[in-house]
Amino acid sequence: MTDITALEAELTAAISAAATLQDIEDVRVKALGKSGSITALLKTLGKLSPEERQEKGPQFNGLRERVTNLLADRKAEMEEAALNARLAAERSDVTLMPVTAPRGSIHPISQVMDELTEIFADLGFAVAEGPEIETDWHNFTALNIPPEHPARAMHDTFYFPEDEKGERLVLRTHTSPVQVRTMVDVAEQLKGGKLKAEGDQDIIRIIAPGRVYRSDSDATHTPMFHQVEGLVIGKGIHMGHLKWTLETFVKAFFEVDDVTMRFRPSYFPFTEPSAEVDVQCQWGNGELKVGQGTDWLEILGCGMVNDRVLEYCGLDPREWQGFAFGCGIDRLAMLKYGMTDLRAFFDADLRWLKHYGFSFLDVPTLSGGVGA
Amino acid sequence: MKFTLSWLKDHLDTTASLEEITTALVRLGLEVEGVENPADKLAPFVIAHVLEAEKHPNADKLRVCKVDIGKGEPVQVVCGAPNARAGMKAVFGPPGAYVPGLDVTLKLSAIRGVESGGMMCSGRELELSEESDGILDLSADAPVGTPYAEWLGIDDPVIEIAITPNRQDCLGVAGVARDLAAAGLGTLKTPAVEAVAGAFENPVPIRVEDADGCPVFLGRLVRGVKNGPSPEWLSRRLNAIGLRPISALVDITQYIMIDRGRPLHVYDLAKLTGGLTARSAKPGEELLALNGKTYTLEEGMVVIADDAKAHGLGGIMGGEESGCTEATTDVVIECAAFDPVRIGVTGRKLGLTSDARARFERGIDPAFIEPGMELATRMVLDLCGGEASTVTKAGEVPAFDKTVVYQPSRTGSLGGVPVDEAEQEAVLTRLGFTVEGKGAEGWTIRVPSWRKDVDASADIVEEVLRLVGYDKIPSTPLPRAEGVARPTATPMQLRQRRARRAAASRGFQEAVTWSFIAPAEAEPFGGGAFTLDNPISADLAVMRTSLLPGLIAAAGRNKARGATSIRLFEVGKRYLKEGEKPTLALVATGEKQGRHWGAKAAGFDVYDAKAEALAVLEAAGAPVDRLQVTVDAPSWFHPGRSGTLRLDPRNPIAHFGELHPKVAKALDIKGTVVAVEIYLDAIPQPKAVKRARPKYAPSDLMSVSRDFAFVVKAEVEAGKLVQAVRGAEKQAITNVEVFDVFAGQGMEEGHKSVALAVTLQPGATSFTDADLEAISAKIVAAAGKVGAVLRA
Repeated sequence: MTDITALEAELTAAISAAATLQDIEDVRVKALGKSGSITALLKTLGKLSPEERQEKGPQFNGLRERVTNLLADRKAEMEEAALNARLAAERSDVTLMPVTAPRGSIHPISQVMDELTEIFADLGFAVAEGPEIETDWHNFTALNIPPEHPARAMHDTFYFPEDEKGERLVLRTHTSPVQVRTMVDVAEQLKGGKLKAEGDQDIIRIIAPGRVYRSDSDATHTPMFHQVEGLVIGKGIHMGHLKWTLETFVKAFFEVDDVTMRFRPSYFPFTEPSAEVDVQCQWGNGELKVGQGTDWLEILGCGMVNDRVLEYCGLDPREWQGFAFGCGIDRLAMLKYGMTDLRAFFDADLRWLKHYGFSFLDVPTLSGGVGA
Repeated sequence: MKFTLSWLKDHLDTTASLEEITTALVRLGLEVEGVENPADKLAPFVIAHVLEAEKHPNADKLRVCKVDIGKGEPVQVVCGAPNARAGMKAVFGPPGAYVPGLDVTLKLSAIRGVESGGMMCSGRELELSEESDGILDLSADAPVGTPYAEWLGIDDPVIEIAITPNRQDCLGVAGVARDLAAAGLGTLKTPAVEAVAGAFENPVPIRVEDADGCPVFLGRLVRGVKNGPSPEWLSRRLNAIGLRPISALVDITQYIMIDRGRPLHVYDLAKLTGGLTARSAKPGEELLALNGKTYTLEEGMVVIADDAKAHGLGGIMGGEESGCTEATTDVVIECAAFDPVRIGVTGRKLGLTSDARARFERGIDPAFIEPGMELATRMVLDLCGGEASTVTKAGEVPAFDKTVVYQPSRTGSLGGVPVDEAEQEAVLTRLGFTVEGKGAEGWTIRVPSWRKDVDASADIVEEVLRLVGYDKIPSTPLPRAEGVARPTATPMQLRQRRARRAAASRGFQEAVTWSFIAPAEAEPFGGGAFTLDNPISADLAVMRTSLLPGLIAAAGRNKARGATSIRLFEVGKRYLKEGEKPTLALVATGEKQGRHWGAKAAGFDVYDAKAEALAVLEAAGAPVDRLQVTVDAPSWFHPGRSGTLRLDPRNPIAHFGELHPKVAKALDIKGTVVAVEIYLDAIPQPKAVKRARPKYAPSDLMSVSRDFAFVVKAEVEAGKLVQAVRGAEKQAITNVEVFDVFAGQGMEEGHKSVALAVTLQPGATSFTDADLEAISAKIVAAAGKVGAVLRA
């Protein structure tokens, strides 16, 4: 009995005194190893009488269990201390700035084009494109602007040298030639039977955004700028549809529920009747608020496609009619996002691009609101 | 087009307010650009009587005046004008009044110790004249205390409207009044023109040689006139709308042009040799025009000439030499018609604009040619006296006989607003149209002579809608397109959008640069296929065949502004002979990584360009895994540090690399520039878009990686070795990565070591050692074909 007590006291002291994991292991081997002191005690049990075994067994096993626990506890304690010591040593200055990825941006013109595409997609408009280097016929003649028409004086046109046939290409002065190309194409499809006009279904519903060019340069004019035009051709399309379409577009684009718009009679060779459209607005602190106030802001021109234009494009005006509209994309961007100088759009100043540009994640969606 | 309210009221009997009138103008399509009442800025200024004017005690040139302004006690005013004297009538501004000519607001002050309670003003200070010698000295009967503007009769708002090219009829006040009357704003009361009987036969021969350019030419002599300054009412009106009064004879032509939209010209008979002829100019013929400039004319330009030389460009501008002056006693009046197209061509060729051209180019009212002559004659007789001859008419007044067939239902079907037929007829009648018949085809409507722009039924719809009001058009939803929603953008548009957003996601700023560039910028990139005939400047003349020159120039500008790290891209077109090609280009220069505690500072190199090219190509839908790299980028790239990505030998999809130092020098940019150009239309379009993906079947067996180090000649490209190794056992080898390239110490001269990690994917069963041995042997053998030897 005394032997056991003494042994336990001795082992307990050794475990408490252990300073390293190795010390603990040494104690474990000394006590519980193959020739350890407790192992030796346990081996003696087999030689004892049943009565003795009944008495000694629990004593020896109890001792083994207590020592085993002590060893485990001491080991855990030391591991904890070691971890704490390691953690105390491992320190990073998290106030330091890591290497970050450079941040890019989307140009406001691209962003607004994506917004327009999204808004008009919801109204069923597809996006059409055409060449920027155009024939005189597509840019002027087919749009009811004959060579000597005074309206040509309104377009300060860039010309290319005459070819052998005496014809000269132009840089398109508006995106309207895309309308012409679309109508010519659809007229041919109708004739060839590739397209069947069913019921009251429209045969054309497009917007055409893109670069246009006029020989003009000052604070509000650049020789290159961007336009979007819309065209709807069907059987019963009238000015009421035009009005609704533009109202819907303006509300969606400027993200206001209520916009008062003013349709004024105007003149364009390619539409009749024609209108210019103003929106009610308020200027204050250099900021524009659309939909309220006492000022009017002219934002686009529109009208019913002139019968002659339909004829030029091969569509019978007795059967087909529709509307067209056009406005400046750069100007829309300026009005919505507050830029004041058009020239800066094309200067590629990194400071300007970072200031006015959009994140690549700002993809305009109807669910997220088309504005970024 | 400018006119005053009182001028309008010569033609329109109305009780409408100014605001009602301007609102109506806008609704009619006559856009109001501005309304200004010159009296507004003079509102605080009143007529004053100078009672005393004593010398200032402390200043020789100043006077201390006591001024009666019609309100009780006289006011004390210190005045420096030499003409200030007791007894005169002057114009007084009280404290608080804004003096436009000085840009100051008056306040009570002391001038050299004497209090001054206002200011007496000169014409210049009130912006009424250039006169600055002294204060305004009014006539003795000027009523004290009355607002000066009221007494002056300038309390008359000036209205400016924009006239669209189709509305020549509104380039005269009478036409504007007609539109307003039709809109219900009053009654038209334009005075009728009475013919003036000729007192004698016109002795001046009037001829038309070029009937095409000048269909009719009326001429008449008024002899014994006395020309001089116009009467007050006339010069005031011209002044009010910004025209400078010259002399009565000239002012009459200006007045009738604004009043009736009818341009006229007057010649001093004494300066003419023989009669007047409308003819085509002789090639090289010269004309000194009224604006003081000499023009060299071409055949086809219509001139009015006497027997010796040209005296005017018909319908555009008169000549300096035959102009009327105060010495003129016998005046020839010209009232003619000119071909609008010829006028336009001549004006554009000579770069000459005038009020007359603006009217003739749009086409004048043929019915007002003869009345125009009579009206002018009447005014000359009234203002200058004299005696009028008969009128000589050369040519014929162009006939105007136009009818339009119109279905009244079209206001509804085209305009969107059905209008009662009776109302339509009433509206059209008020505008001068006549409904001549109503048949099964529709109405036959006679168009008035002043509306040559109206020639189809849609024009009539616009006329009716203008008067009914565009605001009456009900907003009508477009019918929703039937069928399933499909993409409204084309695959190419969607590809551009993805490529653009991918480039931005990688830290590049999107720029939009000019489509046209300088010839010197285009030259290193192979020049251009299209060069403008009339560029806005020599620097913006050649349509770009690459987006890089514009981006590099932009990078240079940013460098000059102090930017240290520049990443720019653009999505736009290249303009080639064979068409316009959608392209994305990137440019990077300066620091890729600036000084940083945790990273090494670095610039951009060819591998950055390649990484961007691959990232954008992948986003744009290119099969990046199948792209081949060849070392044949265009000449503007560094020959040793650039490459081309392609799917087949003929079609390059992208070029990447360092810009050639010579090109960088030519474009004046310093430092290394790396660039990428991606031909978005060269990427093949996936055949059919399958929404469902292939079946997901991951292998149960782990892949195995084996490393190989090969020694090859330095010029052997790593890509060749990788390709060879990949092909060694196509079933098993799923990936080959280069993880080290080494040359130098321990390596034979002219050789390099390339270390590869080869990933092997077992098929149905795991690899045995024998399998791996066999594959390794195949790899070594394949590498041997490109001259690579397994490193010992």
